[in-house]
Amino acid sequence: MQSRTITALLAAVAATALTVGSATAQDNKTVRIGNLSDQSGLYADLGGPGSTLAAQMAIEDSGLVAKGWKIDVIAGDHQNKPDVGTNIARQWYDVDKVDVIVDTPNSGVALAVNQVTREKNKAFLNSGAATSDLSGKACSPNTVHWTYDTWMLAHGTGEAVVKSGGDSWFFLTADYAFGHALERDTTEVVKANKGTVTGAVRHPLNTADFSSFLLQAQSSKAKIIGLANAGGDTTNSIKQASEFGIVAGGQKLAALLLFLPDVHALGLQVAQGLTFTETFYWDMNDQTRAFSKRFSERMKNKMMPSMVHAGVYSAVLHYLKAMEALGGNPGDGAKVVAKMKEMPTDDALFGKGTIRADGRKIHPAYLFEVKKPAESKGPWDYYKLVATIPADKAFRPAAEGGCSLVK
Amino acid sequence: MTSATHAAPGSAPPAAASGRLGARAEILAFLVMAGLLAALPLTGLIYPYFLMQALCFAIFACAFNLLIGYVGLLSFGHAMFLGTGGYIAAHSAKVWGFPPELAILAGLLAAGAIGTLVGLLAIRRQGIYFAMTTLALSQMVYFVYLQAPFTHGEDGIQSVPQGRLFGLFDLSQQQTFYYVVLAVFLIAFLLIRRIVNSPFGDILKAIRENEPRAISLGYRTERYKLMAFVLSATLAGLAGSVKALVAQNASLTDVHWTMSGEVVLMCLVGGLGTIFGPVIGAVVIIAMQQYLAGFGQWVLVIQGVIFIACVLAFRRGIVGEIIAFAQWRGAEKR
Repeated sequence: MQSRTITALLAAVAATALTVGSATAQDNKTVRIGNLSDQSGLYADLGGPGSTLAAQMAIEDSGLVAKGWKIDVIAGDHQNKPDVGTNIARQWYDVDKVDVIVDTPNSGVALAVNQVTREKNKAFLNSGAATSDLSGKACSPNTVHWTYDTWMLAHGTGEAVVKSGGDSWFFLTADYAFGHALERDTTEVVKANKGTVTGAVRHPLNTADFSSFLLQAQSSKAKIIGLANAGGDTTNSIKQASEFGIVAGGQKLAALLLFLPDVHALGLQVAQGLTFTETFYWDMNDQTRAFSKRFSERMKNKMMPSMVHAGVYSAVLHYLKAMEALGGNPGDGAKVVAKMKEMPTDDALFGKGTIRADGRKIHPAYLFEVKKPAESKGPWDYYKLVATIPADKAFRPAAEGGCSLVK
Repeated sequence: MTSATHAAPGSAPPAAASGRLGARAEILAFLVMAGLLAALPLTGLIYPYFLMQALCFAIFACAFNLLIGYVGLLSFGHAMFLGTGGYIAAHSAKVWGFPPELAILAGLLAAGAIGTLVGLLAIRRQGIYFAMTTLALSQMVYFVYLQAPFTHGEDGIQSVPQGRLFGLFDLSQQQTFYYVVLAVFLIAFLLIRRIVNSPFGDILKAIRENEPRAISLGYRTERYKLMAFVLSATLAGLAGSVKALVAQNASLTDVHWTMSGEVVLMCLVGGLGTIFGPVIGAVVIIAMQQYLAGFGQWVLVIQGVIFIACVLAFRRGIVGEIIAFAQWRGAEKR
């Protein structure tokens, strides 16, 4: 009697703990978009909830819902851990009927999701990650790398800095796939322009205290300290460099990757004079201003969109156009991505462009400088356009990336 | 399988009531568990990949329970064995091209080797000092893995090939892999049960209850403790190796100290020193992380609250309380 009671109880506990699951019916005009991003950590401001909103706005602007399509977007937090990201991606594809994953800052996570997406033959529209390997040796017929990459940053910012006299470099590098790729690509640019690299120091992702790294950079006597990091790491290193008086001591900082929210977090007093490359700024023309106003009104903290948010919007919009052209059926990711590559892109934020065979989205890039506090006319008025890098010069030539899809 | 020291249900004296089911009930519960786990993926209700992960953590928690539940040693560094198993298995499968069975073996042996070294140092101390020694050593191991080139730091070892087990079973088929993981889990579970119920296990329990007395009886307790430590580390390495192949990656999460804390939580929630407790605890905790993932970092807070509730309200854990309840009912009837 007693043993049976125990068994029953055990079984009941096991059953309640395990019985959760979901299965939904799907017709061919149902599309589910998954925003896999850093929702709470150091990259949450440049991607995160803003990317979900951007995807939502793209769905609305596509006009497909009015035509009877069912499109929704769900969000997930990869916590900057490749294993967590892989798990979510796999579960989204297997169980939650997600057809396409967007955003995904953090190159380590992005490379892992790139792999899972290819295995499951879904689609991956990356906006947030930087590593140029996504359209290089890790390229996949299921992936489009939308907004920017390390090659573009290295050539945009790196070249400009070396040409203005910054010919000796020391790198402060985030110690994972992204930092390594950015350091590698920038080193090539510096050397190609007859500059020298005196050394590099690697710091862990999401570091609070940069003092020992900055002191090494200071004692390197290099003219330029290249920050091959992003998000919270970049703002922390810039703030602490200013506290250490590094810039006052004659060395210059080159923030290789800087986003609008970073500049906002730093404030113009600290950030002024920084030169960097982006592919989108809210105050470019009437169309970008109109989009950014709509975006900012719907954001909780009234933030203006970063280039990552703009990239998510533009990528989802183009994806849905391809979807409409195919008449639905998002199940075969490679087929949808092939259609996306076939169709020219055109949207309010990035203008006209194309997607190359290796999955690289092509559009112009812009070299910006952060304004001095006196030059800024109002909130979020931060950038001054220095130069425009035309679309055909902005990204690595397809033949040099080592992508197997390029013949 | 069962030892004669454990009496049939109903006649168990209160003294022996320390978290042990009757032998017959235990076998029955085991069969129910095995049957349930074998049937679950066929129902299509549950995502098999999630179940595989849960089973890997169940092996991990059982291995940990062997140490804390039966020898009374609280290791606060078991993540290093889980992580070592994972990294070595992933590296040998990906870079050296090992088949899965050899990759798992390599991971398990590596964890056992580290377990021997750590064990030799750690078992010299007791209580909080033992926990601190294992924590310190596991942090050292963590930083080695953070910096060592073969682990690829924050990126981890990605896209680990799953291969064919013994050249026969294609592990990239989720269903096939699930039953392989289930078999590994059941074997590990039975092995631990065998260890616990053996004369060796009895001595371990004697050490837990009163170490000076065990010494005075002539047992060289250090050797027993070391043996238990190495066994536990090796089984944790097994969990890590299988997990690396299931998830197709090995990452820093598995060597981080929070993982060492999580396994304590699994055992506590399930029931320390009960044979089924860690399994239930692992499933509950992993299910929470899985289905509450939408709350992001709040999952940690929720886990903390459960930990507090567990310590305050039901100290014996889920299984421990069930057993205590059954025994209390049994005593009432008599």
